[in-house]
Order: sequence, then structure tokens, then C-alpha cells
Amino acid sequence: MLTPRIERLVATASEIILGKEYELQLALSCLLARGHLLIEDVPGTGKTTLAHTLARLLGLQYQRVQFTSDLLPADILGVSVFDRESSTFQFRPGPVFAQLILADEINRATPKTQSALLEAMEERQVTSDGQTLPLPEPFFVIATQNPSYQIGTFPLPESQLDRFLLRIRLGYPDRAAERELLQGQDRRTLLESVEAVVSPVELLELQDVASMLIVSDRLIDYAQALLAATRQSPEFVTGLSPRAGLGLIAAARAWALIEGRDHVLPEDVQRVFPYLAGHRLRLASDGRMPGPDDLTRLLRSVAVI
Amino acid sequence: MGVKGSVARLSSALFRSRGSSGNTPERTKPVEVSLRRDQTIWLLTAATLTLVAHLPGLPIWVIAFCATLLVWRGWLLWHGKAAPPRWMVAPLVLGVAIGIRLDLGLFFGKTPGLVFLAALLCLKLLEIRTMRDIRIVVLLCFFLQFGLFFNDQSMSAAALVLVALLVTLGSQIALTDPASSTRERLKTGAMLLTQGLPFMLALFVLFPRAISPLWGVPSESVALSGLSDSMSPGTISELIMSDDLAFTVEFNGSRPTPSDRYWRGPVLSRFDGRTWRMAVRPPEDRPTYKPSGKRFDYRIVLEPHQRYWLPTLDYPAGPVEGAIFSYDFQVLTVRPVTKRVQFAFSSFPDAMVGLNEHPPTLDLARQLPPQGNPRARALAAELKAKMPQQTVGRILGWFLDGQFSYTLQPPLRDKDSIDSFLFETRMGFCEHFAGAFVFLARAADVPARVVTGYQGGRINPVNGTISVRQSDAHAWAEVWYAERGWVRVDPVALIVPTRIDHGLEGALDRGLPFMLRPEYSWLRQLRDGWEAVATQWNRHVIAYDGKRQLDLLESFGLEDASPSTAFGAASIAVALLMAGFYGWAQFRRKDDGLDPLDRAWVRFSARLAPHGLARMPDEGPIDYSRRLTIARPADADKLISICTRYACLRYRLPPLRAEIDALAHAIDTLGLKQETATQSVRNQQ
Repeated sequence: MLTPRIERLVATASEIILGKEYELQLALSCLLARGHLLIEDVPGTGKTTLAHTLARLLGLQYQRVQFTSDLLPADILGVSVFDRESSTFQFRPGPVFAQLILADEINRATPKTQSALLEAMEERQVTSDGQTLPLPEPFFVIATQNPSYQIGTFPLPESQLDRFLLRIRLGYPDRAAERELLQGQDRRTLLESVEAVVSPVELLELQDVASMLIVSDRLIDYAQALLAATRQSPEFVTGLSPRAGLGLIAAARAWALIEGRDHVLPEDVQRVFPYLAGHRLRLASDGRMPGPDDLTRLLRSVAVI
Repeated sequence: MGVKGSVARLSSALFRSRGSSGNTPERTKPVEVSLRRDQTIWLLTAATLTLVAHLPGLPIWVIAFCATLLVWRGWLLWHGKAAPPRWMVAPLVLGVAIGIRLDLGLFFGKTPGLVFLAALLCLKLLEIRTMRDIRIVVLLCFFLQFGLFFNDQSMSAAALVLVALLVTLGSQIALTDPASSTRERLKTGAMLLTQGLPFMLALFVLFPRAISPLWGVPSESVALSGLSDSMSPGTISELIMSDDLAFTVEFNGSRPTPSDRYWRGPVLSRFDGRTWRMAVRPPEDRPTYKPSGKRFDYRIVLEPHQRYWLPTLDYPAGPVEGAIFSYDFQVLTVRPVTKRVQFAFSSFPDAMVGLNEHPPTLDLARQLPPQGNPRARALAAELKAKMPQQTVGRILGWFLDGQFSYTLQPPLRDKDSIDSFLFETRMGFCEHFAGAFVFLARAADVPARVVTGYQGGRINPVNGTISVRQSDAHAWAEVWYAERGWVRVDPVALIVPTRIDHGLEGALDRGLPFMLRPEYSWLRQLRDGWEAVATQWNRHVIAYDGKRQLDLLESFGLEDASPSTAFGAASIAVALLMAGFYGWAQFRRKDDGLDPLDRAWVRFSARLAPHGLARMPDEGPIDYSRRLTIARPADADKLISICTRYACLRYRLPPLRAEIDALAHAIDTLGLKQETATQSVRNQQ
């Protein structure tokens, strides 16, 4: 019942976002695992299109927020405005009250503004003027960072990065995909013609299903071995936290669901691991975040049985 | 597969039926089974091999009966026809039982029992319906294989039984594990046999042996070739065509030269004009002589010949336990030699014997029939000289001048056979020469007698023993001089000296027995090797009896060993072996820290490793299956199925034992298709 729908979701999205099946599946996994996604890339690689496509296909309310250095928390969360007729303050919800938010260039905003969004992401509610308002369900944030322009930016601290379940890069499309992209219709126009494949209610169901996929003892063994390897390896400053471990299982479950299985395999863990661990680890040698090669080497060193 | 696995396979093969295993409730009606073709072939082959081993002991009509039933059963199964109705089997059983009673004269006994079981095996094959029937067939095969040793304990019998045993075990495996390949069945069967080997050895060496076997030695005499107690023209030249082993001799120290290898057999003193026969004399006429001069120590392993005499070199010294020395220097046994026996002798070829010979013995050595062979008698009178030595010399000289020829197929004449040989045909074999010589000597008043036996023998280059065959049979003469006693005279040695130095093949140009022909020398070498091993077998396996067992135990330092000591030692040895096997199985199970599922998975990778497709340590099942599929598209279905099944069993719900076993079996029986050249190139890339 579910599998064909997910297949259609992936298939349709692949028609719009060309040559990025893997990243697309990661983004979907992140969404199904109730996590948030960080995309780190230069402009023009299709970040916005990806967010837009997901929103469209899942029938989600979509908001885009361009982060700038003068953006204030209230610009995101919303403000209370005095209503003359009723002589009361009325809360005007900000863009955060959408179901899918694209937070563009999140590192341009001040830490205060950043943390306002990140707290809302974590709590899934907004407190303003003593009022607590729940955020809509489902709630999915895609934040982007531009790694090239570091002047005048406020890089996200590690504790904040941990709020993002996965971090991906889109990168340039390959030659064939780019050619098709250049030849084809404008993506935006194409998007308009796309119908929602899954309703928000169904998405919530899918998220529930993903959280219930079978995770065997042997898989927990493997996940623990991976976590232990990050902690014991002299290559990294610190290892992955238990929260990261929970995230790993959740993301692996979501990946397995997209793969059409009811149980999680080591492969699922391996597919999501580099994107889960990349922004959570620091190399002992130069304090940078580990690249794909470092994480692949770590995966190779841990046996599945 | 380890010890445990194969034992489990065997026990399930023996005690559990496929039809009723699993979830079927107990005590249901036995499930009728239909055998697959390959299972049928295995079962029939096992039964046939078992019966083939018994062929020499089965009456002809039983062999025909069994063969008919086997072919019938094979035909029925092959064409998928049902077994014949039960009412047909009962009269057949009754018929066979009556037939055995009529043919063998008794029904309750070892031989009739085995014959009946052989027939029952075929009948049981005919009525196979349920798994239980099949198990009875297999157990009958086992029992019959064991029963063969009642009759035949030779090495070839043991080898044949071993093969039959292997096939029977294989057919068991074919029944429990229909998917296994022929090679696997044989392999598992061989492994079971190998694992049983230490137990067999321990029990063979240590299990208490009755001093006389419980079931008695085989008493039914089988017609075997060998020298008889009489000699008439043609007896030895007939015997010579047989290549059967007569006996083997192992010398302790120096060996006699070929011309000294006269193996004394029956001594024939009585002549009736045509046939020479043994003469029995009372025991007080036993000769006394003083052993002196050269000495040969040797051990003879004599094949059964159903008679009393033992072959010895001239002249054996006694006493030897179980042997009687007769007046004519023969050595006799108390009972006929019905099974292989071993004797150790010392012989003194230069000893003077018969110096004070009893007059009745000499009278016997002068006896001639009152009439017949007049020309020979006339010749003897002519050749007679003053001194017996001269007489003998003149007779031999006459032979030398007479242009006699040595041949296997001399013309035979019934009347006055000696005259016809001496004066007409002048062609003869050793019995003609020996007989004619003794006749002439007696007619010239020199005491003489015919000695039959064997001359020569071949040294087995493998172990240095001498094998003497029926083709070495020979006849010569012995004459008595008052001052010298008995002296051997061999006219053949004089006329055809090569017969003595080079054996029969040196003396005859044509008509050589098959095995003596030069072009079959490789066959002889093969036989030498076999006989060398067989000699060891006879000495160490067949001759290992209760007494030797106790000697062995005492040599281990067990004082006053008794059968109960042996029993204790056997129990301890078997217990130790079982503990050893158990420990080994446990060790193998524990050492890798894997459960059966993972062990099967590791085996899967190991099977693909030779193709460069071992699983990487960090490779999950689905990734692995993708890589395998690309490398071996021909086997993709099988490989994917195994990987997917493993993934489900390992990472889904806790697996059932049966599922693990099924997967392990699929892995163990995985056969990969021949890799094409392009594939291997791709793999290297």
C-alpha cells in the first residue's frame, strides 16, 4: 500500500530534480524520520527547487525565509500586533508556522535569530508573550548554508548543527542530467503542473510507519559498533552522541522504508551514516569536518557481523 | 560440515522419517512415499553391492531370484509404478524358505540364515511403501554387510563391504536430503565412515575376543584347488593352469636359492599301474633324524585347501604345535585346513634322513603292481647295476639320452601309461617323469617314491616374501640308499634345468598360463603389491585373536590381562573417543562466536572466495548480492535468493531453526555455473 506511493513520490521528484536520486532519497529519509535537513552548497544548485518540489509533492504549506544579518527572531516566529478594535494584542504567526520551511543561508543571520529558529525546530512549538503555540504537523525545515562566502557570516555552532538530522550537498549535476536540464522546461513551470502525491495526513502516517520498522538486535549491534568506532578512532576529536545514535536508527529506518523493506539492514545504516556523522564530527588533525572519504574509511573498518 | 552436523544427519537418517517429521502428529498412519529416481538408484545400488559381496555364498537359484526381483523393482520404480500388492509377497517368502530348506538341508543356521536374509532384502525392496520400509531395507543392507564376515574375512571382502557401506550411507543421505548432489552424498558418507574409523579400531583391538569364535568357523567346504592325495597323469599339468595362491613364505634370515625351494607336499608311495596314492602308516613309524647343517627359519601362511598336509622345505624339525610329522617327512595337521593358517618351521636341507628306515616303509617303497608296463620292467632289468646309486645314475642317463620333451599337453594313454610315455610319446610333464622314474627305480629294486609339492615360488619385490602358486606345483622322486638315507632325485631338473632355475616360464615356450606370459608382467607387479598388503592383513588382522590381544595388553603394562581388562580398556577408549569428538565439535562451534546462521553466511562467502567474490567485512547482504549478480549473471537468481533470505532471517524476526537449516543447505549445495571467459575478464577489471 505504502510502497507504491513512496515509489511514485521518488519517481516524480526525480523528474524535476535531475540526476540527484541519492540526495533526494536522503532528503525524503530525513523528512520521514521527522528530522530536519541542512543543505550546504553554492547557489544555483537546486536547493530551492528541491524544497519546493518536496512541498508540492507532499501537499505541504511552504515558506521560504531568506536569512540576512538584520533578520530578527520575530521575523521568523511572528509578532503580537495591537488590534484596535478589540484592544488586544493579536499574534501574527511568522513564516515558521508553515509545514515546510526553507531557511536560506541560515549562517547569515545573527546567532540570536538562528537559535530562535533552531529552538522552534527542536521544541516544535513557539512561545511568544507567554503564549505557547504548537507548530503545524508535519513540520520540516530545510536550511541552507553557503560555504563559499565566510565573511560576515555566523557559522552554526556544533550544538546547533546537531539539530539537523542530515547534512547533504547537492553539487553540480552530471553531464547528462545537466544537458536535460538545459534542454528542458523551466523547473518552476514544471513544478506548477505537479499534483501532490501524498497528503500531509498520509505523510504523518508514513512517519509513524517508518518509526515502527523492524530493527533487529544484530542491527543495533552494528549501529553501536559504528558509534563506538567514532568514539574510539583517533581520527576524530569526539565521537557521536547518543542522540546522534537515535538519529542514525531513525534515518536508517526511513531509508529502509523508501527501499520498500519492513526491516533495517546494515546497508541502510551505511547509506545515511556519512550524512548523519559529517556535521557532527571534527577531525583531530585540523578541526575540519570530516569529508566523505574519512567517513567511508570509518565504515570500512566496522564489520557487519 | 562438522562432526555434529553429520551425526545429526545420520541420526535423522536412521530414526526420523521425512514423511512424518515436522508438524504431523505422532502415531498417524505411515505416510506413503514415492521415491525419486536418483534415490531409487542409490538404494538399488546399495542393495546390489551388498548382494554382490555375498555372491560366492549364495545358491544359483537364489542369485537368479534376487536378480529378478531387483530388476523388477528397478523397472517398477523407474516407470513410477506402484509396488505389487502385499499378498504377492507372502507366497514368495514362503517359497524361498522352503527352497532353502530343501537345497541346504537345514533352515536354522548361519548359511541358510544369510541366504534367507539376502532373499528377504530383495523382497523388502519389492514392497517399499513407507519410509519405514526403506529404513528396514537399509538396515538389512548393513546387517548383510556385517554377515559377510562369517564366511570371508579376506581383505578383498573387507574392501567390498567398505564400498557397499559407503553407498548405503549415501543412499541414507539421498533419502533424508533429496537435494544433495551425488558428490555430497559420497562425501558425507565417507566422512561418517572416517569418523567411525577410530571407534572401529578401538573396538577391534580392545573388545574382548572369544578364544574360539562364538559362531564357529565356516565348516562348509568350498571346492578349492590344490594338490590332492593322489597323482595320475594330467593332475599336475591341470593344476598348473590355476594361478591361485597356494601359500606365502616369509623367511627369517637367508632364503634358499630357487633350486633348493622344493616345498614338500603329499608323498605318494602306492602305485596301482596308473595312479600314485598316499600310504598311511602307524604313528610309531615316525622317523627320527638329527637336524644338522644349513638352517632356514620361515613362516608359512597357507591358503585353505581342505586337506591335511602342510608344505615345508626338506626337512622340517619338530615339534611344532598343532602339526604331526609323518613317516615320510610330511607335516600334517589334525584337522583339514579350511581357513588360512600360519605355521613357523625350521628346516635343515642337508640333514640325513631315513638312515635306519623301518622295513615296512622300505617295502612300501618297492611295491609295484603285479602286471603292466612290461617294456618298462624290461628296461629296468637292463639298467639295473650292482650299486643302487649306479642304477639310479643309469636310469637318469637313459632319460637324458632319450630326447624327452617337457610339455603341458602330453598325449595320454590309459593302458600301460608308463610304457607309452617312455617308449612312444616321450612327451610329458613332471608327473610323468617322476612317476616313470620311480617305476623304473622300483623295478630295478631301488626303494623310491613320488613326492608332490611345489617348486620355486616368486619373490614378491614389495615385501620380500615368496609367493607360491598352484602353477608352481611339481612332482619329483625320492630314492633310498642304505648308507645315505632318502635322497631327492628330480628327473625334470636334469632334462629341463631351466624349469628349476627359472620356473615354468623358463621351461615352456608355448601354452604358458596367462599370468606367466611376459606381456603381463605389469599385472604380476600389481598382484605382488596386493599380495604384500594381503599378507600384512592376514598376519595382523585375521590372526589377531584373543591370545594376541592379551599379549598386547600385557605389553602395555597391564599385568594379568584378562578379557575383562580388555573390556575395560575398550570402554575407556570408546569413551575417550566420544569425549574427543564431542569436545572437537564444541570447540569448532565456540571458536568463531557465530550462530549457525552466521556460520552458513560465512561459508557462503568462503564458497565464493575462490572466484574472487569473498564478502567484504563491512558488506551487507544486499550490497553483496548486487556485487555477485554483476560478477556472475548466470547464477544471479540463486545468489540473490540466498542473500535475500539471509537478510530476512538475520535482520527481520528471530529465525526458525528450520529456516536456518534450509538456508544453510541452500548454501552448502550451491553449484555455480561454469564461468565464461568474458566474465572472468570483467571480474579482474
